[in-house]
Amino acid sequence: MSDPKNSSSAKAYWNASLLITQGLLIVWAILSLGCGVLFRKTLDANLPAIGGAPFGFWMAQQGAIIGFVVLLIIYMVAMNRLDAAHGFEQQEDQEEQS
Amino acid sequence: MSQDYWNFLFIGASFGLYILIALKSRAATTKEYYVAGSGVSPFANGMATAADWMSAATFISMAGIIAASGYDASRFLMGWTGGFVLLTTLVVPYLRKFNKSTVTDFLGDRFYSNIARAVCVVCAIFICMTYIMGQMRGVGMVFSRLFDIEIWAGVLIGAAIVFFYAGLGGMKGITYTQVAQYCVMVFAYTIPAVFISMALTGNVIPQFGLIGDFTKGGVEPVPLLEKLNGLNESLGFSRYTDGKLHWFDMFCITAALMCGTAGLPHVIVRFFTVKSVQAVRRSACWTLACIAIIYLTAPAIGAFARTNLMSEIHQTPYAEAPSWFLNWEDRGLIAWVDKNGDNIMQHSEGAAFAEKPEYAGPRPEEGPRQVTNVLTDNANEVYYDRDILVMANPEMAGLPRWVIALVMAGCVAAALSTAAGLLLVLSTSISHDLMKKIVKPDMTDRQEVLWARGASFGFLCIAAYFGINPPSDFVAKTVAFAFGLAASSFFPTILLGIFSKRVNREGAIAGMICGITLTLSYIIYFQFFTNSKEYFFNISPEGIGFVGMLVNFAVSIIVSAITPAPPQEIVDMVDEIRIPKDAGDATH
Repeated sequence: MSDPKNSSSAKAYWNASLLITQGLLIVWAILSLGCGVLFRKTLDANLPAIGGAPFGFWMAQQGAIIGFVVLLIIYMVAMNRLDAAHGFEQQEDQEEQS
Repeated sequence: MSQDYWNFLFIGASFGLYILIALKSRAATTKEYYVAGSGVSPFANGMATAADWMSAATFISMAGIIAASGYDASRFLMGWTGGFVLLTTLVVPYLRKFNKSTVTDFLGDRFYSNIARAVCVVCAIFICMTYIMGQMRGVGMVFSRLFDIEIWAGVLIGAAIVFFYAGLGGMKGITYTQVAQYCVMVFAYTIPAVFISMALTGNVIPQFGLIGDFTKGGVEPVPLLEKLNGLNESLGFSRYTDGKLHWFDMFCITAALMCGTAGLPHVIVRFFTVKSVQAVRRSACWTLACIAIIYLTAPAIGAFARTNLMSEIHQTPYAEAPSWFLNWEDRGLIAWVDKNGDNIMQHSEGAAFAEKPEYAGPRPEEGPRQVTNVLTDNANEVYYDRDILVMANPEMAGLPRWVIALVMAGCVAAALSTAAGLLLVLSTSISHDLMKKIVKPDMTDRQEVLWARGASFGFLCIAAYFGINPPSDFVAKTVAFAFGLAASSFFPTILLGIFSKRVNREGAIAGMICGITLTLSYIIYFQFFTNSKEYFFNISPEGIGFVGMLVNFAVSIIVSAITPAPPQEIVDMVDEIRIPKDAGDATH
């Protein structure tokens, strides 16, 4: 296994990836445990309903899941870009697209 | 054409397909057996993982639980999908880079200890066993409805089929079979939902139907959920959109399900089948998108089923009971007791009688099957097993026969795909992690595969036994416990293994043991030794995994701090897995 020799680049990469992960997980927690559980009652009462569904209820059963998919897409794009910027991308990976 | 004919046609055709695929992709080497040779495309792997993920519990029970408990069931929706985000961002890219074929391998190497390895093997077996029991139960229910046999016979048939293709094909066979199963599941789940949505709300898309207006029978349009809340309140249930779980319990259960999901060995292993770390991330997006299609439909199905159930059963004379009601009564999953002697079924809050129905015998000439249970003193006369809602839903809505057959095929696909994936992890734990790594390191490849197949058989027998005699009421609850155990053992330890260089062997082992002991004993105590519901701080056994996880984190960090730091090569290894370059093919 070849080792990435440039350790300062590796460090910068790791810090950047931690930052991306942290940011996304904060949004993740707000979307699900926040809107769906902790603040649900407040949201139900104070925000406009989505169609016929109270806001917090809708977040818990639909909104959070849609948010998760979006978060993962952002994660994929951001991390794969970061990999490319640091030259950590796997080469043959490009050919085997689905 | 009769319903039986359609059922046989759909299930027969789907089985033919699965077995064909399994035969075509038979595994010859251990590498193909464990990780399919790491050459699966991200999209195919995404679908396969989604099928593996969506168990019989998801497919059969989830909509039923949503129907029965409304808002409270959101914990499963958010827990299972939200955990996937944790899994993708915190766990799989790093484990894929680490490049071994099992989760236990990672923990065993990272914590440089065979004791850690052994603890992991035990945890993995615990988790997968709890989980697989629910699957076998699900298969049993479908087959029992299908062939008009008892549930135990259905479980045995299911077990035989799973053994056939999981034992034969290994990961390679399973992956491609699961792609086919995902397709069956997604059609089976969404098509009835579309039909029912059109019937009840006039919306083609069920997700819009859920937030849309109830228009069935030309009545004044009123929001579906509002109507459901009204129905619930008038019968003494809690409001559909409010639920009745304590918010703290809800929080703990959701969090436990999320972290448990991120620690499920059979899901993590799926991502070892793709080529690179970048492909892992792509594959994870596909997986969650595939899962979301079904998870976004489930709340709609739940709400529709609940509306149908209440409007069709409550205040209906038994003599006019719909045919699905009688069908499931024959299966022993529905019961009616005429408490007030008016020959009309009343449905309201509370259990109709204590425990599960014990029938005095088959259906008499006239009237319902008699039950011998002790009746409760509330007004509810109807018992139904929540697991039947998805299967009975198309019948309730009066859908064409082929749709019902499709749902049956989907249920079987869901249960089989997950059971197969779990079986693989179970057998790998024995053949690879236990035999090869601990007991007998000089085993040949062939012996290892042989061990794997033998272990599959053994585990399947145990799973079938528990599928016939389930220790817990319904499928999803059994599964929820597996998540609690995963949350308290694997998730924190893997996380610390990747994100901390200081946590050492002693800390990891102590943490895992404390976490899983606390969780297990809490669950076992409240499941088997007491009927009391006086939980500590309102945390039910389902949510205790979250506390177990915190304990695991705390113990690991404290014990590590007072014992020597891990050796330098381990620190280098952690540095290595954080960089996604040169992941290579998974080895073992």
